[in-house]
Amino acid sequence: MKTLHTLLALALAASALPAGAADAGAHAMPIDWQHVHEDSHPFGFALIDRLEYRDDEGPNHLLWDAQGWYGGDYNRLWLKTEGESPVSDSNGEFEGQALYGRLVAPYWDLQAGVRYDRTFGSGPDRDRAFGVLGVQGLAPYRFETDLALFVSEDGDLSASAELEYELLLTQRLILQPRVEINAAAQQVKSWGVGSGLNDLQLGLRLRYEIRRQFAPYVGIEWVKKFGDSADFARADGQDTGNLALLAGLRMWF
Amino acid sequence: MRYKHPDETRRRLMGGAAAAGLLAGVDALLPVWARSPTSAAGAVRPPAAGAVQFDLTVARQRIDIAGKSAWAHTLNGTVPGPLIELHEGREALLRVHNRLDEDASIHWHGILLPFELDGVPGVTFPGIRPGETFEARFPVRQAGTYWYHSHSGLQEQTGVYGPLVIHPAGGYQDAFDRDYVVMLSDWTFEDPMAVLAKLKKQSHYYNFQETTLPQVIAAGTPAWRDWLAWAGMRMSPTDIADVTGHTYTYLMNGQHPDGNWTGLFRPGERVRLRFINGSAMSYFNIRIPGLPMIVVQADGQDVQPVQTDELQIAVAETYDVIVTPTEDRAYTVFAESMDRSGYARGTLAPRAGMAAAVPALRKRPLRSMVDMGMDHAGGHGGHAGHDGAVQPDGSAAHAGHGAGAVDHAAMGHAMPASQPAAANHSAHTAAAPASAKTGRERAAPGSVVATHDADTHGVGNVAVAQVQRDRTAEPGTGLADVDHRVLVYADLRSRAPGHDARAPQRDIELHLTGHMERYMWSFDGKKLSEVTGPIEMRHGERLRIVLVNDTMMEHPIHLHGMFVELDNGAGAYRPRKHTVSVKPAERMSLLLTADEPGRWAFHCHLLYHMHMGMMRVVQVV
Ligand SMILES: [Cu+2]
Repeated sequence: MKTLHTLLALALAASALPAGAADAGAHAMPIDWQHVHEDSHPFGFALIDRLEYRDDEGPNHLLWDAQGWYGGDYNRLWLKTEGESPVSDSNGEFEGQALYGRLVAPYWDLQAGVRYDRTFGSGPDRDRAFGVLGVQGLAPYRFETDLALFVSEDGDLSASAELEYELLLTQRLILQPRVEINAAAQQVKSWGVGSGLNDLQLGLRLRYEIRRQFAPYVGIEWVKKFGDSADFARADGQDTGNLALLAGLRMWF
Repeated sequence: MRYKHPDETRRRLMGGAAAAGLLAGVDALLPVWARSPTSAAGAVRPPAAGAVQFDLTVARQRIDIAGKSAWAHTLNGTVPGPLIELHEGREALLRVHNRLDEDASIHWHGILLPFELDGVPGVTFPGIRPGETFEARFPVRQAGTYWYHSHSGLQEQTGVYGPLVIHPAGGYQDAFDRDYVVMLSDWTFEDPMAVLAKLKKQSHYYNFQETTLPQVIAAGTPAWRDWLAWAGMRMSPTDIADVTGHTYTYLMNGQHPDGNWTGLFRPGERVRLRFINGSAMSYFNIRIPGLPMIVVQADGQDVQPVQTDELQIAVAETYDVIVTPTEDRAYTVFAESMDRSGYARGTLAPRAGMAAAVPALRKRPLRSMVDMGMDHAGGHGGHAGHDGAVQPDGSAAHAGHGAGAVDHAAMGHAMPASQPAAANHSAHTAAAPASAKTGRERAAPGSVVATHDADTHGVGNVAVAQVQRDRTAEPGTGLADVDHRVLVYADLRSRAPGHDARAPQRDIELHLTGHMERYMWSFDGKKLSEVTGPIEMRHGERLRIVLVNDTMMEHPIHLHGMFVELDNGAGAYRPRKHTVSVKPAERMSLLLTADEPGRWAFHCHLLYHMHMGMMRVVQVV
């Protein structure tokens, strides 16, 4: 936990970096009165990208994946959470991230902060903390992209890449392909992480935007584990591949 | 030519007396000027003399608007506010009473006055505190059609706007028998702050006319190339309006299209229509099917009459036209929002209660590679042109772009040379008006006059206009493929020659910049809060302001307190404007004599763009 505290302190220090006059609000116009227009007031956004029931080949799962930001145009606090739990019991995994994000290129936020993982349920709860460095934004051809490097408190290095795309079938019926890849530099057997490519997830979700902010969806997702990660899964009596049918809700506020 | 005494005009402008009839329930909530008159005879009002005093009270109240009941910011109890009529050469005393529980302000748009009275909180005065009254007393030095609106927060979106007409001291040069204000606006039942928050979170929130995959598939290979080119740039060719008919009801004189504001005429009469775009965010294309319009004034300034069938009015612009309906029938006044997601509508009719056919909304327009500032005719041929652009019905559009040959010799920073003054202009009012060309005739992009330097304006700006064109002779978005006459800026010629023949002593170049995805808007990549001081001008200085639009949408740029002369090739007869719409990838040249001392706001008149920082302060010392 000591490492976690250090990382938190680092993240806070990063968020205090000079923000340019940008989000400061006050400006040095030689004008007697406070402000003309509040062109820097903060906004907040919360997106529950995936909240779904998955009909897996093994036990069925509930999964969530949400993120949000609060801040101005250039500097934002990001919160992200992801996790899943089998429907049949109360075991599960939770991941949360708190990141400082800064607009470093027109479509890209550089993000730095901390991640905290925890398992919960019948067995002993386990947790570990990470430092995070990532970029998130819109790549050419409109790929929603989220790339991150993680250093665990034990010094283990891992990385993840998420890409999402939106294809409009109508103005409200939207097909969303999604790719996620996880990789690690070192084995972390207790967490089932092998070195090299860990897993690949390919998803396809079809949502209907009843309102922009509220869209039920159905979809499929295929997951494949590789290398040591696959071996650890097999040793644990789990499948190394899975095809899930899923249904869920996408919402934002 | 007939000269009208101002007071006769005043009588007509006020329209009929208190309205009865079909829409009385609706009309009763409108200011007198906006009501549909029920008889062809106007009520005679006593002639005004001396100073004109007018009281405006800003309040928050529930009113019936756009077909429902809603909370609005009202002016003397109505939306839009009352018509303020002033007289050139007489003094005006305008008093604004703030009955809100927050600060208020009124800016007199296009009016020449001491800057302390201009009504921009933080720039010219501290704002009007709750319960307080602000007085603007000034001599009226101009004539024409103008308007007024709030400059506080987003109050303008919720109703704080109204028309302001100044009658000329010497009577009108253009003969007309009837005089109507036609004020266009956009109303939303959403809280404007919620609208802005949505744009901030998902900038295409209100766009329900995006290109879909089935449309691309149906349109074939060119459409694929085009779609890929736009996706590659992370932009959308359907990005025409940030806020659309999805949330807006477009109003004509405060009335829903079904309310059908009606202006009466007797066949053969000349009817002056004073179009004012008092919208927060919406450009309109205005036409009156079956009735040509003679444009006689733009932004309150008389222009040489020019006949057209359709005109685009940017946010905050005004156009006065004269029409002469000769048939004993109704004519629809149709104002289609530029993205064609809705329309405002009214009627000119010989009797109340009549209506003519309401045209269908046309296909939504698309942005082109010219709008992107791409040098596609110059050989960087990887990106497709817009010939494969997909229309909503899935067919490929055939918008003309073939004439887009780049004149490399004209590159550099040369601006189009001003033409020598026309030798004979004195007889224009007696002569038949000039006639505009059709949209198709004008579809070719203007010549390339400059290229962009290496400055990309920082992380708050996503693109630059690599090639910049003089686009003053091009039709507005969506009007390039119509077969009737459309007004363009190059058609506007001031009626009187400019009074300052000096060449500009200095250039001020400003780039219009932004980031649609993150909904950031700025000049030169900097929001108002990011600059350290005003744009300085010396009193009496002759300047050229060059506006370069690096974004892919139009911005109506408004300078307070002074008129700019739009360098549109009219030489000494450059039109004087308070608001200029700068097209995507356009390089626009404006001449200015900085003859009004003080601090003046200078900003994009799209309300949410201004609010996000697309604004500067100009200081004339
Ligand atoms: Cu703008």
